[in-house]
Amino acid sequence: MEDEIRIGVYICHCGSNIAGTVDTSEVTEFAQGLPSVVMSKDYMYMCSDPGQNMIKQDIKQLRLNRVVVASCSPTLHEHTFQQACQDAGLNPYLFEMANIREHCSWITEDPKLATEKAKALVSAAVRRVYYQEPLEVREVPVTPSVLVVGGGIAGIQAALEIANAGHKVYLVEREPSIGGHMAQFDKTFPTLDCASCIFTPLLSAVGQHPNIELMTYSEVEEFSGYIGNFKAKIRKKARYVDEDKCNGCMVCVEKCPWKAVSEFDEGLTQRKAIYTPFAQAVPNVPVIDTEHCVYFLKGTCRACERFCGPKAIDFEQQDKEVEVEIGSVIVTTGYDSFDPSAITNYGYGCYDNVITALQFERMCNASGPTMGKIQLRDGSEPRSVAIIHCVGSRDKNYHEYCSRVCCMYSLKYSHLIKEKIEDAEVYQFYIDMRCFGKGYEEFYERLSNEGVTFIRGKVGKVTNRALTDGEKGKLVVVAEDSLMSALIRVPVDMVILSTALEPRSDAEAVARLFNISRSADGFFLERHPKLDPVATTTGGTFIAGCAQGPKDIPDTVAQASAAAARTLAMISKGKVEIEAAIAVINEDLCSGCKICNLLCPYSAISFDEEKRVSRVNEALCKACGTCVVACPSAAITGRHFTTEQIMAEIEGILV
Amino acid sequence: MSFEPKIVAFLCNWCAYRGADLAGTSRMKCAPNVRPIRVMCSGRVEPDFVLKAFEAGADGVLILGCHPGDCHYLEGNYKTMRRIALLKNMLSQLGIEDERLRLEWVSASEGGRFASITNEMTGQIRKLGSFSHRNGEGSNG
Repeated sequence: MEDEIRIGVYICHCGSNIAGTVDTSEVTEFAQGLPSVVMSKDYMYMCSDPGQNMIKQDIKQLRLNRVVVASCSPTLHEHTFQQACQDAGLNPYLFEMANIREHCSWITEDPKLATEKAKALVSAAVRRVYYQEPLEVREVPVTPSVLVVGGGIAGIQAALEIANAGHKVYLVEREPSIGGHMAQFDKTFPTLDCASCIFTPLLSAVGQHPNIELMTYSEVEEFSGYIGNFKAKIRKKARYVDEDKCNGCMVCVEKCPWKAVSEFDEGLTQRKAIYTPFAQAVPNVPVIDTEHCVYFLKGTCRACERFCGPKAIDFEQQDKEVEVEIGSVIVTTGYDSFDPSAITNYGYGCYDNVITALQFERMCNASGPTMGKIQLRDGSEPRSVAIIHCVGSRDKNYHEYCSRVCCMYSLKYSHLIKEKIEDAEVYQFYIDMRCFGKGYEEFYERLSNEGVTFIRGKVGKVTNRALTDGEKGKLVVVAEDSLMSALIRVPVDMVILSTALEPRSDAEAVARLFNISRSADGFFLERHPKLDPVATTTGGTFIAGCAQGPKDIPDTVAQASAAAARTLAMISKGKVEIEAAIAVINEDLCSGCKICNLLCPYSAISFDEEKRVSRVNEALCKACGTCVVACPSAAITGRHFTTEQIMAEIEGILV
Repeated sequence: MSFEPKIVAFLCNWCAYRGADLAGTSRMKCAPNVRPIRVMCSGRVEPDFVLKAFEAGADGVLILGCHPGDCHYLEGNYKTMRRIALLKNMLSQLGIEDERLRLEWVSASEGGRFASITNEMTGQIRKLGSFSHRNGEGSNG
């Protein structure tokens, strides 16, 4: 028989956060009078060491077998107090928390009403905890390999960290080569390192690493399992070039007579129908773009095949499906660049010399379409350039957030223009200069002294309608100079739009595949914005880089390393704890109707044909409780959220 | 003294509960009439819970989950949507006003939405008056 229920209740002041509004001594006194409560106390900071020690001592001395702490949100400190209970020998599932800060003191003005609500919340927790049962946390082994999705700088950094630690990495990239956006860049701010010089060695390190299995031109199609034990099904799209035979001579590319717009060069130039995105591509194996290859369109040509020395061209190649087992996954799918044609008054797509930041980046790049020459569409050199900040960022009509990197790359562009065209005039139209990183403010100072004109104000439009002779044949940038409170017109030859970084167009599908939440701006949501920035709410699934939100290269690399460290921690521990609060089926009550089988979103419930009952796979159950509600025989119990417990909570909260 | 309704709110752990937390950290003013109960998913809210709340003295019930498509458990909220539609049919047969039960979606980033739903619902129920089941006025019909 179970012992008498002995509940201890602790009311936290949280400094003045709670006690400033809620009368904590009144709540403490109230708690004392609740059924089965043997002791109630209030204290300044329950989460502090002395606070936790108080709980531990009371559990031992007063033989408490249930504990309630009324303080902040359980998302913050539930684990802290559960651990304290466990340290004192009390099963952590015999602990319950009442959230009287976020849900009470911080949102209620009237102290009297706040105190009443706090009492209700404490009463609910006390009544609930009475019915709580000890549960055993189970441990499962961790598969010592990691899936990294996305081969930009974030994915590359993470993959190398894990591989260098001696563990297997599957790096999946959708494009024919790894590299992502960083491979497109020319120089990097604020140090002006050449992006290729620092990046291409990493690309080849990934390509050669014995622990990295690189899968380019591939996508994850299915993802299942649970923390420590995931399975991914990856589709390797047919390249029509045998990776083992190809020696990377690129004769096929040279001989191919068919062209398409180059995605890598942001449409500034053309590539062949058989191509690698850029010269330093890893792997250095071309792909055939079936939408532009005339053999796939009309059945003729085969020039590439004829000239290929090692006979690597294989028109019969099929997509391949590969299944891998991993313990954790890092999603580093990056960002899309905002399409400025949506803002029609900036004239992108209408005027030849209005270009995006990434187009300028390609133009500046020594291996780009103009070999690094900054030029107008007609081939001549611009004498004046306007750079418009915050195109699509900090704008209620598009994205409200700041894209964080645009101020800095715009400054970088000023420098590059000045470096290549000495007497060129450069105008920066900004809202605020945000130069927040290490060495960034200094870079801004430096540029201010390089003869760049800074104009504070949002640009209203870009037009080719000249009002004066000086404006003829020019692009006129019309803006309000908010420091002078004057409308100004600046005629220039070229306009660069500093476009926002936005979530990938398929971010929603990717989020669903990996069960990641997204924040209001559409980027992937971290588990905690400050204390858990690379984890997600799904155990074993991590995020890094711009997929989580706009950020620069140093921050991306830091996040990627952090995510790698998290996966390595799982591997080195070798096992993970699995949620104990799962659904269980009472076989005696189960009628075998199978309603729950189809309902479970994780296919965690299967049917035992022999016994004619359903059964929950404990490792797959994620404890949502949907099956519990649906069972017509009430045969399923949702542990730690049992009907009895919630009913008691409802009664308690309505005192 | 004017009538102060009691409203029970079932919040899913992943979206609505965190949205409510955000209302707290942003110090948004919310009517103290709304009393939150955490469940892992809005799909765990049994119709019985709603009936129990009315029986135990609630004047209104809120169920708040993740937006359609954003459910942490993929599709729990779709199930809630269907169950609540059926429950509403039943409530109307019992003579319980439709406005007393409300299903809404609040994401983890929508602290403001949580606050406005809370305040709106409180105002609405205050207008509607007490669900005085205990005095025998309500469901004896």
